[in-house]
Amino acid sequence: MIPLSHYLVVSAVLFAIGTAGVFLRRNLITILLSIEIMLNAVNLSFVAFGRQFGNLDGQIIVFFVMTVAAAEAAVGLAIVIGLYRHKESLNPDAFASLKW
Amino acid sequence: MPETLIFWGLSGLAILASALVIGQRNPMYSVLMLIASFGALAGLYIQLDAPFVAVAQIIIYAGAIMVLFLFVVMLLNAPQEDAAEWDRTHPLRQTGITRFGALLALLLVVQLTWALLQVNNVDVPVGAQGDPEALRSVRTLGRILFTDYVFAFEATSILILVAMVGAVVLARREGEG
Repeated sequence: MIPLSHYLVVSAVLFAIGTAGVFLRRNLITILLSIEIMLNAVNLSFVAFGRQFGNLDGQIIVFFVMTVAAAEAAVGLAIVIGLYRHKESLNPDAFASLKW
Repeated sequence: MPETLIFWGLSGLAILASALVIGQRNPMYSVLMLIASFGALAGLYIQLDAPFVAVAQIIIYAGAIMVLFLFVVMLLNAPQEDAAEWDRTHPLRQTGITRFGALLALLLVVQLTWALLQVNNVDVPVGAQGDPEALRSVRTLGRILFTDYVFAFEATSILILVAMVGAVVLARREGEG
């Protein structure tokens, strides 16, 4: 049986990669993908902790996280399509009209 | 120890694929790499005695969400990030205050690592350890989902409905209907 700490380290590394992606990339689709990486890192933590505590709550929370991720991807991609229609660009720096 | 080898193989694959998602400029390859990462994570879930989550990971994430992403990437004709723009705005190439922020972030990493190394009883199982066979069964999972978590489950259906309506409204061309 692999100890819990190993899973937590993997989860932390994945979350860090996702965070770095949100900050470093200049493409809206890649930023959304980085958010998915972060959600999956948290899911891994939930399942590992659920096994450690000996109950199923961790797996059920993961089910809800997946549903929210699906809703987020649908709305997020619809917004991306709308933004691309306006400016012909996926660079988040192109959408600075509300900034001053 | 095949179990340990499988764990390291799968987690290494997940981390490598995730790093490649943010490591190159073509969003098409990013999506494909993320699918590989999700596959490796599904393997980890099987190792964690969570077969339902593993299958849901493949069907919902790799099967539905990633196909949606792939569809949008193809629909928008996958505009790649401009290399010159990327070089100019890359945070690691900024100076002054950004370097200071990076230094602080590094300090935070060192502090967190030090603090986590002080904790040494994290691997001890806690709580009422249920029957390991029951933890693995989808039947028990479904029963809990439709008794203890039934309100959250119904709220989820509203959420999906709202997301569906929102996506339709957002993606519709202005001036129609």
